[in-house]
Amino acid sequence: MHQTFDAALEMNLLHANQQGADHNRAHFDAWGITCLNLMSSPGAGKTQLLERSLRGLRDLKIAIIEGDMTTELDADRLRQYGVPVIAINTGRSCHLDSKMVAGGIHQLQQAHSPTELDLVVVENVGNLVCPAEFEVGEHVKVALLSVTEGEDKPLKYPVMFREADCLLITKTDLAPYLDIDLDQIEANVRQINPHVAIFQVSAKTGDGLDAWFGWLRQVVTDRVGRSVAHSVTS
Amino acid sequence: MHETDMTKALIGTIRDWWDSQPEQPTIEKVHLVVGRFTCVEPASLQFAFDVQTQGTFLDGAQLVIQDIPLVAHCHTCQADYLPEVGRQYSCPTCNSPMEDIRSGRELKIDRLEWAAV
Repeated sequence: MHQTFDAALEMNLLHANQQGADHNRAHFDAWGITCLNLMSSPGAGKTQLLERSLRGLRDLKIAIIEGDMTTELDADRLRQYGVPVIAINTGRSCHLDSKMVAGGIHQLQQAHSPTELDLVVVENVGNLVCPAEFEVGEHVKVALLSVTEGEDKPLKYPVMFREADCLLITKTDLAPYLDIDLDQIEANVRQINPHVAIFQVSAKTGDGLDAWFGWLRQVVTDRVGRSVAHSVTS
Repeated sequence: MHETDMTKALIGTIRDWWDSQPEQPTIEKVHLVVGRFTCVEPASLQFAFDVQTQGTFLDGAQLVIQDIPLVAHCHTCQADYLPEVGRQYSCPTCNSPMEDIRSGRELKIDRLEWAAV
């Protein structure tokens, strides 16, 4: 007789990645750093947004962990702004995982004083699918959607837009030349994620960036406030 | 594409369990629970599993994937509903946005089955 046994594992498929992400976050917390995971499809303007943000947020001490499949092109662009930039080549992988980012944190820790930093931005590999499932240790997720991508993308890639704390609709300077309805993009995102903060920005003209900078400063201030309160009470 | 990585993680987790057993059983079935509101394609997982387990302790084991629908809850209507993934996520009755997800985000190794030695 064929007798079968079974064992309940009840384990998250991604539990190794999740543990790594929690570990990374614990490091960031100990250093008083806010970590932001920046995600979008390729070419939505993550790097240009970061360039403008580094110029506009000189009051914050920022470091970048830059994910790129094979090159250091983006990392080199950002190094011009005099901030620590750690490049991680993901090779054939289509997203950053918590282990790769742990390697980046290790490099950052060796070359710079992490306790002096306010914010670490992890620029993920351009992809609207995989990065949504792999936490890297971030406190906030920011997604970009450029106006050239179309109103329907939040409906087609719902997990990414559900997970995002903030959505930046980028390249709005191009909107007059396209058949795009910015209100419809917002409505589509809000169906999936009613509480997401949305900003329409153009990194080229600078339109809308102040509101984004304000949001990000507030996130950093709130987190610092929380960890101070935590260390007082504990 | 990332199903390959997930399968690697899956095999690693089962391997840890298997190594910790007093006698290593021949695993016949691996049961997964995968929600529709995840970035995981069951067919790709199945393919990656078959390829990556060849010649390992899991060679011949069957991967059984339980598909879980996306179920949302509307606070206004006090009712659950099934969003149409890719088309409509808000409540079909009152059009409120998708606030709470009741199921569909699962990505779980549920249980393992093996035969008596």
